[in-house]
Amino acid sequence: MSAPAAAAEGARARRLTEWVIRVRELGIVVALALLIAVTAAIEPRFIETDSLRNLALNASIFAILAVGQTLVIVTRNVDLSVGSVLGLSAYFAGDLLSGNQGLPLPVVFALGIALGAACGLLNGILVTWGQVPALVVTLGTLYMFRGLAFLWTNGRQVNAETLPDSFLNLGSDSILGVPILVIFAVVVLLVTGQWLRDYRAGRELYAIGSNPEGARLAGVRSERRVLTAFVLAGALAGLGGVLFTARFGTVDATAGFGYELTVIAAAVVGGVAIFGGTGSVYGAALGALLLGTITSSLIVLRVEAFWQLAAVGALLLLAIAFDRLVGLRVDAALRRRSARRAG
Amino acid sequence: MQAETATQGTPPAAAPAPPREGATRLRAALGRWEALLIGLIAITLIAGSTLSEEFLTADSFTTGSLDLSEVALMALALTLVIVAAEIDLSVASMLALSSALMADLWNRGLPLELIMPICLLAGALCGAFNGFLVTRLGLPSLAVTIGTFALFRGLAYVVIGDESVTDFPATWTDRGFGNFAGTFIPNTIVLFAILAVAFGVVLHATPFGRSIYAIGANQEAAYFAGLRVKRIKLTLFVVSGVVAALAGIVISLRNSTAAANVGQGFELTAITAVLLGGVSIFGGRGTILGVILALFLLGAIQKAILLSESISSYWIQIVTGTLLVGSVLGPNVARRAREARRRHAHQHPLEEGQ
Amino acid sequence: MIELRDAAKSYGAVRALHDGNLSLRAGEVRALMGENGAGKSTLVKVLGGVVRRDAGEMLVDGTSVDFHSPHDARDAGIAVIYQEPTLFPDLSVAENVVMGYHPLGALKRIDRGAMHRQVQGLLDRLGVRLDPERPVRGLSIADQQIVEIAKALSFDARVLIMDEPTAALSGPEVERLFGVVRTLREHGSAVLFISHRLEEVFAVCDTVTVMRDGAVVHDAAIADITPDELVRRMVGRELTALFPKQDAKVGEPVLSVHRLTREGVFFDISFDVRAGEIVALAGLVGAGRSEVARAIFGIDRADAGHVEVAGNRLAPGRPLAAMRAGIGFVPEDRRQQGLVMDLSIARNTALTRMRSLSRGGLIRSSAENGLAREWAARLQLKFHRLEDSVGTLSGGNQQKVVLGKWLATDPKVLIVDEPTRGIDVGTKAEVHRLMSELAGQGVAVLMISSELPEVLGMADRVLVMHEGRLTGELSRAEADEESVIRLATGQVEAA
Repeated sequence: MSAPAAAAEGARARRLTEWVIRVRELGIVVALALLIAVTAAIEPRFIETDSLRNLALNASIFAILAVGQTLVIVTRNVDLSVGSVLGLSAYFAGDLLSGNQGLPLPVVFALGIALGAACGLLNGILVTWGQVPALVVTLGTLYMFRGLAFLWTNGRQVNAETLPDSFLNLGSDSILGVPILVIFAVVVLLVTGQWLRDYRAGRELYAIGSNPEGARLAGVRSERRVLTAFVLAGALAGLGGVLFTARFGTVDATAGFGYELTVIAAAVVGGVAIFGGTGSVYGAALGALLLGTITSSLIVLRVEAFWQLAAVGALLLLAIAFDRLVGLRVDAALRRRSARRAG
Repeated sequence: MQAETATQGTPPAAAPAPPREGATRLRAALGRWEALLIGLIAITLIAGSTLSEEFLTADSFTTGSLDLSEVALMALALTLVIVAAEIDLSVASMLALSSALMADLWNRGLPLELIMPICLLAGALCGAFNGFLVTRLGLPSLAVTIGTFALFRGLAYVVIGDESVTDFPATWTDRGFGNFAGTFIPNTIVLFAILAVAFGVVLHATPFGRSIYAIGANQEAAYFAGLRVKRIKLTLFVVSGVVAALAGIVISLRNSTAAANVGQGFELTAITAVLLGGVSIFGGRGTILGVILALFLLGAIQKAILLSESISSYWIQIVTGTLLVGSVLGPNVARRAREARRRHAHQHPLEEGQ
Repeated sequence: MIELRDAAKSYGAVRALHDGNLSLRAGEVRALMGENGAGKSTLVKVLGGVVRRDAGEMLVDGTSVDFHSPHDARDAGIAVIYQEPTLFPDLSVAENVVMGYHPLGALKRIDRGAMHRQVQGLLDRLGVRLDPERPVRGLSIADQQIVEIAKALSFDARVLIMDEPTAALSGPEVERLFGVVRTLREHGSAVLFISHRLEEVFAVCDTVTVMRDGAVVHDAAIADITPDELVRRMVGRELTALFPKQDAKVGEPVLSVHRLTREGVFFDISFDVRAGEIVALAGLVGAGRSEVARAIFGIDRADAGHVEVAGNRLAPGRPLAAMRAGIGFVPEDRRQQGLVMDLSIARNTALTRMRSLSRGGLIRSSAENGLAREWAARLQLKFHRLEDSVGTLSGGNQQKVVLGKWLATDPKVLIVDEPTRGIDVGTKAEVHRLMSELAGQGVAVLMISSELPEVLGMADRVLVMHEGRLTGELSRAEADEESVIRLATGQVEAA
């Protein structure tokens, strides 16, 4: 093939895959816009600042968890235990603070994150050293951690009145009009996004998910990277737990129950391929925003909240089906373009 | 086979040969994993009886096995799915949908005799949906059934909302939580036993069952041997759906309550039972007998914890989760220890050669 | 620069390599030739650190070395480019090349500009036009190879070993690869080039090493050897040592293939196989023979054309239909496609006959074991117990199980893809005898083989394929090494 033809073909291939990614992300934004528009048309109060702020607040915690989940899914694993880790951390933070009201907030955060990281470490060790599939590990720890939470709380709950105002304000105040929770989410997003894009360890996560055997041959320390991914996912769930308590104040052992489903759906809808190797945390955050908006929309439109669960499931299925069909087409198109068999 | 060599190996004059041969043959027939499970069951029974004097009673068996009825049913179908190297996380949600349908159709005045087949059909459709996405679209069953886990339960809520139905006719609910023919064995367990035999026969003694093992062990070779891989997998998902729907009917009658929030967390216990029963998560290996033993073990542990005053019932979740992970972790660690020992033995002769 | 002396490697009882002697100097392009099973890939694995040799010595720049892993080999400057690419489809070309060793800038951030320049530089050095930022997904095999070569260069590999690099390439792509190889030579690298294609070896290599039956048997400069002599060294053995096919009565065509085509793979394939005949489908790796067989059996779908068995048109794309029509298919990859490794000998053998072994829906174990035992006896299978998994058997015995599985279906047509690859000599003869008997019983046998002696010894007719097309047909009398190879390398089109 002649030189200019090869360059042109390469550029076309690059444009095709980028186009697919962009359409995907654009699709979410469009869906988001449509959803807000339709809801606002039916119930104008939806776009009042209070309502929108609630939306952003709800989505923030999910977005933080979705970022962590992205790290894990990119390496071709999954973490079903994030909801339970959040619950543990939420109760831990609340319990700690209500007993020690003078405890400096950074310490509370650090401890919550550390608890989450420890849970993630357990997951990671079982997956890498134990060679137990992530599905089995995190399904097991989902229930182990939740059981621990129930054991610990023993039917009690943390009440908002016992928590210091400085803490609870984190969950509702804003800086320059932007809610603090959202700032947390954005910071987490930017830091992780940068790490995944511009740092070796982050790029290696993609390699591991794209071709695990190839990564091994290329000298990537897969076990260490996957372990890190799980620890980070746990840490972020821990952070989410502390923020959960700040937002809701009253916490019991059921905090975060079922969150893992929404978080995984957010990531997948946001373009993180379930097979690993592709996807960005920004997409996952968009997915979290979309799912959060659906929830809020349904509430505002007074549609029974029951549709929410079905909607999340349907969206997840649509996303993976769409990705698969498009992926097959793109693969075929790319292959056809570079096939140059004699005759 | 193994027993034959055992007899050949024993000295001719040995008087204790017969019991040893019998034990060896039994162990050979059961396999190492099943023997391990039996050992664990024995330990649990002993531990449980020390924790509570009500443990080793007929009543405890009745209530304990009743609690696990639906999980046990679903575990049977799940065994076939997992041996075929797939997974179905949506079983508890299909159970819930079936229960919700029961409630809704009952509210509309249909007789139970008509409702039940409709629910089973709904289960089949759900299973077919799962199967279609996996076989025709080539999507990974993990992702699909995470999605349907949400979708099916979500639909259950859409169908019946927060309501529940509690006025099913006594003839049926009596069957649900009643015992069989005056014994201490619940009807539901008899149902389970019948299905267990059926599934066991299918898996271990029919061409269909052999095909499942082949597909789970090496899907490509199975296809090259003319096996209809896609059709078989689709069938397995449909069966999983029907059985889950049946379980939904059973739980609704047993508890005299049909609603959308039933059976939460059942998929964990079902999958744990299957993996704990020696079925490999990667497919191609496992027995129904092992799963039955694992169900018994789980039931015993659950009951022991519930009856004991010193151990909180929250431990059940923790133990179940640990058993799930342990059933895969254990063999991995054991295998690595064995390989390390073997490599160490080989290294020495080779080092001399170099 | 690199020297291998008397290297040897055995896998259990199978001696895969002995008398392994090879040397490579800077700026040398050496070909490694030999039939399938000659030991080439074992030699390469030893050089590449994938397996450890059992005996012999390896020297790099005069110092003795011992590789424990591919990394050791890489550190020594040896890079192996396998036929199976190990690239990351979702990442860009540039990132694939530098993965794990990205150039870093301030604060340990990846310097993308440097990365792009580095990779662009490598590609320029290779004289190849490829966009470093494009994703690897969708790249042709030829382009993926280039990326792999660039990857090797990024490690300053001084020795590149390429395993059948031209197997999947078309004419212009081969030319481009040769250009790359010449550039590498100019820059002082050494290249070891496994290939089957004579004209390529003569076009680009300086020296050649020939292997046969696990040993290096000849070593020469290209200038000092002729193609015919090279072939003779590769094939070498007396043809009478093999079991030639016995004459059988040839009947009507049982298998008829009409204008079978699969886009980009094979075109317009038509031929017949008659009852009692053994037809060999010869050609180089990548000619499309296995693909034709798979399309006939229904594993893959053909885009055009059809197949008839005993005059009845076969429904395409359904292996079960092919089986019911009486076709049996022994695939190329024994371990992945022919057998279910974890299952027992009995279950594997009975896999194709399960329904007929059942009564009332239930499989009778006695019938299953009986069938397995019968075929084990007929094929003289060496095994311990029928319940043992087939993974415990030797390669030759595994092949017997696969054969037994298909013979148990009483086929009218038997397609065998590489019947004796990776099998010891003794079992080879048994398999050949078996095939001959089958033909004698009226079965139509289609045999795909890359081993010339087998083709020449067993076939009534030889069909040769080259790059997806049938280039010629030779009768038993007409067929000899030269004519087959010439047709296989596309040098002669059938008149």
